[in-house]
Amino acid sequence: MAERKITVESEVGLHARPAATFVQTATKAAMDVTIAKMGGTGAPVNAKSILSVLALDVRHGDTIIITADGEGADAVLDQLAAIASAT
Amino acid sequence: MDAAAELRGSGVSPGAGYGPVHVLVGSIPEPAPDSRYEGEAAAERKRAAAALERVADDLEMRGAKAGGAAQDVLGAQAMMARDPGLEVGVAELIDEGIAAPRAVFEAFGKYRDLLAAAGGYLAERVADLDDIRDRTIALLTGLPMPGVPETAAEPYVLVAKDLAPADTALLNKDLVAAFVTEEGGPTSHTAILARAMGVPAVVGCVGATLLAQGTLVLVDGASGSVRLSPPRAEVDAVLGAAASREAALASVTGPGATADGHAVPLLANIGGPRDLESALAHGAEGVGLFRTEFLFLDRGDAPSEEEQEAAYRAVFEAFPGGRVVVRTLDAGADKPLAFLPPSGEEPNPALGERGLRLFRKYPEMMGSQLGALARAASGTSARPYVMAPMVATVEEATWFVSAAHEAGLADAGIMVEVPSAALRARQLAAVVDFFSIGTNDLTQYAMAADRQVSGVAELQDPWHPAVLDLIALAAEGAAAAGKSCGVCGEAGADPALACVLVGLGVTSLSMGSPALPWVRAALSRHNLEQCRTAAAAARGALSATSARAAARAELPGLSDLGL
Repeated sequence: MAERKITVESEVGLHARPAATFVQTATKAAMDVTIAKMGGTGAPVNAKSILSVLALDVRHGDTIIITADGEGADAVLDQLAAIASAT
Repeated sequence: MDAAAELRGSGVSPGAGYGPVHVLVGSIPEPAPDSRYEGEAAAERKRAAAALERVADDLEMRGAKAGGAAQDVLGAQAMMARDPGLEVGVAELIDEGIAAPRAVFEAFGKYRDLLAAAGGYLAERVADLDDIRDRTIALLTGLPMPGVPETAAEPYVLVAKDLAPADTALLNKDLVAAFVTEEGGPTSHTAILARAMGVPAVVGCVGATLLAQGTLVLVDGASGSVRLSPPRAEVDAVLGAAASREAALASVTGPGATADGHAVPLLANIGGPRDLESALAHGAEGVGLFRTEFLFLDRGDAPSEEEQEAAYRAVFEAFPGGRVVVRTLDAGADKPLAFLPPSGEEPNPALGERGLRLFRKYPEMMGSQLGALARAASGTSARPYVMAPMVATVEEATWFVSAAHEAGLADAGIMVEVPSAALRARQLAAVVDFFSIGTNDLTQYAMAADRQVSGVAELQDPWHPAVLDLIALAAEGAAAAGKSCGVCGEAGADPALACVLVGLGVTSLSMGSPALPWVRAALSRHNLEQCRTAAAAARGALSATSARAAARAELPGLSDLGL
């Protein structure tokens, strides 16, 4: 199981366009990908679900944990981490 | 054709339109909580998935067509429709025996609550989610799609109970042949929008929303007739006549004047720089009402003076040497601004803290607007006139006019829309540089009939002799002081009433641009004496209806125009 911890740098957080790009990228991955918010109360959610990702309400400066399992998981997580940490 | 095949309402935007009916569905009813399906769960799941996919496809297609920012928004909505979590939620509910429409409703509800609870940006996405949900349920239940169609093979006739600004924001003028609404009067949003777009419209048309989708109708926006499935020959004759009327209108050009040469400047009502093209195309001699609200509405903070200045300058530059009458911010009540909250709850918003009254509370807003206007005008040759809305007293007028003069704006006036202002026109005329009568609000306040309440629509008619009396008082008061008195309400867009207003002593008329050619043509067919006679006849009448008839009897040139 691969995992990344990322601080979200986008001004709008993981909303609007960054959220859409993030979910589109996760959707292309062959394996399951999850996302959780540090300090959040909820369990990790499906990173391919725009509604679940939006509902996490990740704001600028929040830290997220993304996980994926299987072949190519690291590459997928690197891509997602780049999107989440872009300003 | 039998008589039953016609519906009637009030014609509020002249012209003829023909096309298939599209009944606007306001909201999709919530599917019953106990609704079950018959047959296999797998088939019901497939039905739900297909509906979601079709909604997603449709959103993407509309996005691709719109391009730009709209494509991003619609693309994100399509992702929501394809959300895997949603699909699982719907499938689980269906497996419990719940019918697809109800399953969709409940599955969306879970996310709806999450987003609403987060507040801010996410809460605003709830409307997007509801839209997707309603579209999906419409597909599953065979109901017509909510919202205004953004694409169509041929122009359609938009039929609705009433139209709200939100319904019409995305309206494509080339796709709408006519508007027909069950509610509303001459000053309703539908009527104003239709005239601004130059689209024929009939309002107050009972039974219109019961028409079957796709019924072919012929709409006469002058007489108020809506003919159902008329024969082709009739359609051709009516559309042909409308086209030749348009041609007759186009032949009258130049500055507004009566047949005997009494000049009546014809000006345009605009809501921002985007309306300028239409104003110039219809021969506006200037701007008689520049509503500055567009800069202020739908935002969390006040626009900067620089932003205001740039928007005002664009308008001034469009009319070199011409007059541009700017109305200062008319917010409050039904047009609340987040950054200018009222003092408290208002049981009668039309009678509350709006217009100039809001400036009394936030004088710095007035200062910044007047300053931006003065600077915007300084580099241009336009003649800026600035006026305040909702003035009720001489003291308010004096306060505003001196602030405008101090800011460097030489011509400062007031809107006459509160009856007290018309009644004390002589005293007010002494302290202001000009009047502009806002007939919509003047009618609402004189008749004590809220413009938002369709049950009192009959009272919201500027032809009521009491309203004409107030207009006459205002015009006489201005004339006695040597000041001008224009009209910038919807009354000026009614060609017959425009002649009456001139007869009452009104010195200029401002209106939605598409009405300008009609009013120009109507004035050019009558002399000033005929206008005065028509005005006297209208004031002598006992009701709005008889005032209209009495005036028309004195204005024979209207029938040449098919009015």
